[in-house]
Amino acid sequence: MANVSMGAPPTRKAMEAEERPAARSNLSRERLRSAWLFLTPMLLVLALVAGWPLIETIYYSFTNASLSNIDGAEWVGLRNYWEYVDYGDGEGEYFGLFFDSQWWNAVWNTVYYTVISVSIETVLGLAFALVLNAEFKGRALVRAAVLIPWAIPTIVSAKMWAWMMNDQFGILNDMLMTVGIISSPVAWTADPDTAMWAVIMVDVWKTTPFMALLILAGLQMVPGDVYEAAKIDGIHPVKVFWKVTLPLIRPAILVAVIFRALDALRVFDLIYVLTPNNTDTKTMSVFAQENLFQFDKFAYGSAASTFLFLVIAFITLFYIKVARLDLGGKGR
Amino acid sequence: MEAIAKRVGFYALVVFIVLFSVFPFYYAILTSFESGTALFDVNYLPTEFSLANYRDVLTNGVFPLNILNSVIVAVTVVVISLFLAVTAAYALSRINFRGRGLLLLTILAVSMFPQIAVLAGLFEMIRSVGLYNSLFSLIFAYMIFTLPFTVWVLTTFMRDLPVEIEEAAIVDGASPFVIVTKVFLPLMWPALVTTGLLAFIAAWNEFLFALTFVSNNETRTVPVAIALLSGASEQEIPWGTIMAASVIVTVPLIVLVLVFQRKIVSGLTAGGVKG
Repeated sequence: MANVSMGAPPTRKAMEAEERPAARSNLSRERLRSAWLFLTPMLLVLALVAGWPLIETIYYSFTNASLSNIDGAEWVGLRNYWEYVDYGDGEGEYFGLFFDSQWWNAVWNTVYYTVISVSIETVLGLAFALVLNAEFKGRALVRAAVLIPWAIPTIVSAKMWAWMMNDQFGILNDMLMTVGIISSPVAWTADPDTAMWAVIMVDVWKTTPFMALLILAGLQMVPGDVYEAAKIDGIHPVKVFWKVTLPLIRPAILVAVIFRALDALRVFDLIYVLTPNNTDTKTMSVFAQENLFQFDKFAYGSAASTFLFLVIAFITLFYIKVARLDLGGKGR
Repeated sequence: MEAIAKRVGFYALVVFIVLFSVFPFYYAILTSFESGTALFDVNYLPTEFSLANYRDVLTNGVFPLNILNSVIVAVTVVVISLFLAVTAAYALSRINFRGRGLLLLTILAVSMFPQIAVLAGLFEMIRSVGLYNSLFSLIFAYMIFTLPFTVWVLTTFMRDLPVEIEEAAIVDGASPFVIVTKVFLPLMWPALVTTGLLAFIAAWNEFLFALTFVSNNETRTVPVAIALLSGASEQEIPWGTIMAASVIVTVPLIVLVLVFQRKIVSGLTAGGVKG
């Protein structure tokens, strides 16, 4: 929150100071009143749709609520997270989210998926952005083509790729066998060795364009004379890229990476549709949704949701600090 | 010689990018026009032009109703969130008051909310007010991602407009509401189109809430309907119909995106890298 400024832009202050004192205070009082009038409906909706449900989710994670009996939920403290059951004969066992190997498997899957897919998307997105930043014939067409994966609904892309990766009739196996990369058909979405990579492949296809566009916006802010100067000095383009371009667009890349990572951490629909009921790809969101609505463990699912919320909240705070967002409208 | 090699390499990269982006959707269209056994041969080029799959998906079952539901939900969500966002963005960008920075920070934080974190609470709320299985539940729930986004983008847009445009109206004693509707709104069409379109796409594509808050086939929206399309038997997945349905719901989006591509790119980057 380094740059949060609450002060007014100087121009407006100057403008208001020119008016007579009485009129000014009347005017600013009226403007202040209407500001809150304008903000109230929006804030009310956000409180109803985000604030209150979040509090409720956290509350349910400390109860024994089940899907069939939400209203009869009773407070059970930390039992959904951490519980030691003493069997009486000196032995006992730990239960709860923190001791659930399936949960940690989901956490691992989520982290693995996020790190790998965001890394590939960043490198590929940077390459796409560099190409799109160059002048060539048909650039507008290429730029339009790149937007297509982004415009396709996630569910549709999951289905499209499920069909292309079909083990018997899929075109992907056919292509790879024709080229000679694989010798027999692979069941991409079902095989434990490839299921996660199938998910990553679809995600990379769908979100690389978004990455490329964000990075491209950063690239276009690099002034052209920087390249001119490097060219006159006879510096090799590769060196220019590493020493000049990359440092200049690093902020844009960083923001894009954090945005994508936050998105990837909460992934649900792609995995739910492409690889249903598969422990090799189950992520935190899928785990939570299953417990909430399929296994009748509403409270336990709420605990998982709360955990995921805390992870994302932590990263968001980190992002706001790193990006030093300009919230007051100054210094731009 | 080296220059030619470089050019060839560059254009090879360009061709790769285009194929990478376009091929999967091209293949979906190709499949959607195939029926019977042709479906199960791998074809790289069109071999058949049959409309059977389209007839299937549009006449059997409730898919047309699902499309209508999606249109109703997405349009309503866009209208409500733009209305709430324009006035809020005016207050956040043009009027100084204590706590403005904190408010903007809160709005940004809400836009990062994982949907799953509010799912349990929202479900309970929607069930207890009797909105379960109705489109209103989705219209309400979708505000969680469209509203912060529209407010954020419109605020950055309004903040960059010069002070002078308001001056005359203030001197004339116009009320803030008149200033918003008469002075700002006419200038804001580009920003409204962009944010509205992005909000529309987000609402059109949403899956988790739609899966959770609606369980009637007749009330479902398109993404859930496509995810749950099944054939006569458990084993038999109707790929042809799924692809036809996919093409039907995707083509309008692609047309919109291509028509407004410049605006969309600027809207995305305003939401993303500004700051």
